[in-house]
Amino acid sequence: MPWTREQMAERAAKELRDGFYVNLGIGIPTLVANFIPTGMNVQLQSENGMLGTGPFPYEGEEDPDLINAGKQTVTELPTTSYFSSADSFAMVRGGHINLSVLGAMQVAQNGDLANWMIPGKMVKGMGGAMDLVAGVKKVVVVMEHSAKDEPKLLHKCKLPLTAAGVVDMVITDLGVFTIDKKNPNGMKLIELAPGVTADEIRAKTEADFAVALNPG
Amino acid sequence: MNKVCADPSAALAGILKDGMLIMAGGFGLCGIPETLILAIRESGVRNLTVISNNAGVDGIGLGLLLETKQIRKMISSYVGENKLFAQQYLAGELEIEFNPQGTLAERIRAGGAGIPAFFTRTGAGTDVARGKEQRVFNGNTYVMETGLVADLAIVHAFKGDTEGNLVYRKTARNFNPVMATAGRITIAEVEHMVQPGEIDPDHIITPGIFVKRIIHVPNAIKHIEQRTVRKRA
Repeated sequence: MPWTREQMAERAAKELRDGFYVNLGIGIPTLVANFIPTGMNVQLQSENGMLGTGPFPYEGEEDPDLINAGKQTVTELPTTSYFSSADSFAMVRGGHINLSVLGAMQVAQNGDLANWMIPGKMVKGMGGAMDLVAGVKKVVVVMEHSAKDEPKLLHKCKLPLTAAGVVDMVITDLGVFTIDKKNPNGMKLIELAPGVTADEIRAKTEADFAVALNPG
Repeated sequence: MNKVCADPSAALAGILKDGMLIMAGGFGLCGIPETLILAIRESGVRNLTVISNNAGVDGIGLGLLLETKQIRKMISSYVGENKLFAQQYLAGELEIEFNPQGTLAERIRAGGAGIPAFFTRTGAGTDVARGKEQRVFNGNTYVMETGLVADLAIVHAFKGDTEGNLVYRKTARNFNPVMATAGRITIAEVEHMVQPGEIDPDHIITPGIFVKRIIHVPNAIKHIEQRTVRKRA
């Protein structure tokens, strides 16, 4: 059975380590915050200018001056700091953030990422995505394996790129892949969702990958 | 010299010109200089280029200047929350230049700091790099981006003194302090106006040198774009 959105987020949370500074994108990546292991110190960065992003406020305690990068109301923690957009992207571009988890439209086997525009459709803009994937040490993509039966894991992205050669790991509803950014043929399938087979994934994937399943 | 102006139209007097380049602080609707935006709307100035991370929403913030078609071009990182924007863009009435958010922030920071250009990894290998100078440093390709300076920067702060020293509140800081440095003229609207000495000098975020005029907006309306809450346990 394919993983649910929550299960995909839970799997992404396994990439967290104690002391990590992490930026979570909008959608499934936001749910990763619900799966930070107890006792692990992880600080969430919101690129609008906040480190140590807390959970949603209790009803009636929303503060219009306190939002995350998805423009959602959030709360402060004892570890919180605020800073300007320029300082925020100094953290991002300067390689100070350990992990970025974000969604994608297409990922290529060499780590190319497309997640910001579809030619011919109204483009909303890339926001901070291009800076995040270019600057953050480890980039994990969480996405549905296919879009209406069209594969999203490709030899080469068809959509305009967000960045070239930046993705380290892809978690889909069917399994987990690693990408070797130095080797365009180094993509590996390392985990399967329960009841999903490597053959089934191969049938739904354009990208070339080796099967190197983690034990257990 | 007195930086304090009685109201937004007095603060903008003699500054606004058709075709000018304006920076407006804020992220989404958080920390936007809404009182000054309204005054720009009332002035009727046209053909503006506006640098702002977003373009407001329909009827709020920069959305107000889109309604009146006072904006010719936006330089932004994300404009997805504004239907009117999409309509005007598709009708060819509005030009948009998308900048990656960090590149936008750094272009403004650089402009304010007198740096004409810099190199960034952001956008390398993408359409954003097209037509721009690229150089390799330590084996990685970087894209040259230019600094931005505006004719006018409008910012929103939580507290300011009559010298123009500013303090921001929580995530309403965002682009405001960088833009304050990059306007040939910067006007700040502040929720609380105090006398010099009332703000601890160690806590000042924007030193008054960057602020030319300042107005008090004691009843600024703040908007929430995405109200998200949790249930009490």
